[in-house]
Amino acid sequence: MIKLLNRVQKERAQGLLVEIEKAAQAIGRSLVLMEVCGTHTVAIAQSGIRDLLPANIRLLSGPGCPVCVTDTADLDDVINLAERPEVIIATYGDLIRVPGSVSTLQEKRSQGANVQVVYSALDALQLAERNPDSEVVMVGIGFETTAPTTAVVLEQAQQKDLRNFSVFSLHKVVPPALRALLTDPEVRLDAFINPGHVCTILGMEPFYFVSEEFHRPCVIAGFEPSDILEAILMILNQHRSGNWKVEIQYRRAVRPEGNQVAKTYLERFFQPVSARWRGLGVIPDSGLALKPEFAAWDTEQKLAGVRTTAATDSGKRKKGPPCLCGPILKGQKQPGDCPSFGQACTPLRPVGPCMVSTEGACAAYYRFGVGRK
Amino acid sequence: MCLAIPAKIIEIKDSMATVDIAGNTREVGIVLTPEARPGDFVLIHAGFSIQLIDEKEAQETLALFEEWADKEFGPEGVDD
Repeated sequence: MIKLLNRVQKERAQGLLVEIEKAAQAIGRSLVLMEVCGTHTVAIAQSGIRDLLPANIRLLSGPGCPVCVTDTADLDDVINLAERPEVIIATYGDLIRVPGSVSTLQEKRSQGANVQVVYSALDALQLAERNPDSEVVMVGIGFETTAPTTAVVLEQAQQKDLRNFSVFSLHKVVPPALRALLTDPEVRLDAFINPGHVCTILGMEPFYFVSEEFHRPCVIAGFEPSDILEAILMILNQHRSGNWKVEIQYRRAVRPEGNQVAKTYLERFFQPVSARWRGLGVIPDSGLALKPEFAAWDTEQKLAGVRTTAATDSGKRKKGPPCLCGPILKGQKQPGDCPSFGQACTPLRPVGPCMVSTEGACAAYYRFGVGRK
Repeated sequence: MCLAIPAKIIEIKDSMATVDIAGNTREVGIVLTPEARPGDFVLIHAGFSIQLIDEKEAQETLALFEEWADKEFGPEGVDD
């Protein structure tokens, strides 16, 4: 029985499950669907949807947790910055516990580094105003949902001529990662359950290539269990009809054109660059760097020697138990396949980022008992 | 991290708004939804409103969030 639903939603979910069962039988062959968003991963693990689906419908978790896909070399650069006495690091919470190649931001903080957890980039800006003798570095983590908020704060820093604030942009964009997965010969995927709030910003257009070039369904889904079930049914119906398209299930929060104001902010402040993703490697045009005219607020342009570890063997930790976060982010492995999962690696003592972030597949599967040995 | 939660706008002052999120008030940036007015429901992400939403759907989503929050520290959800 599906968990955590009120009566109306439960009836709706049960009706959808019946329809899904019929559609899956009609299709016959097995289908692999990937949920791209970490918030979906949590909702699916919590509600128990995975266990309720027909045997030929498999759900995989994808690279949709921003902290998880942040590359070790990038994280090492942030950790090195934290060691500078004049620097205050402002970051979203989960990142401070993610192991870099030799340390974490949390460890550096316990050794005296100034690392502040913020809820919003606005908080980082205020931190800079309150600490005029320090350089506040906002670690820009997140996808298209979060990057516009960084852009607004950059605009405010510019308007206030705030010179002790900069952004170390590790922001990433989702569509090139989907392309990378679809062109990876080692990955087999039949459809995407698309991230709802990324699409609140982007709308449908950036995902048309999934249906047009790769002939696969792409359904933008909400976060309630019945939303996810409806999206799965929409995907199965596309497979039955052979009519591939991008569809919006999450109509209450996603307009076909997205949020034009937020998209304009992205275009004004950022430009696409190659970025390295944990598990997926370097993906062209998948990162967001600040445009040259904002160099005064770009940590990489402003402070010397920020990119210290770019040449190191990326993604490899120098110590500790094995970690399968990389293949897990590609859907090649499941959390339960990792020898450290639930043993050497738990939310209290995480080995890799997928167990650190509450949105990581390992943390979600562990917490809700999915595939635990 | 791409979590966004519904809130009701109480008051707007320049680029900031006071919003009600399930009974708690907080200040959020409103720049990304310039069309929002007091009384409107919006989705909040990382301290900013990112989209106007319908009131009825906002209430339903909030009810679900409360249900989730209640279970947050419970045994592993409720099954019947």
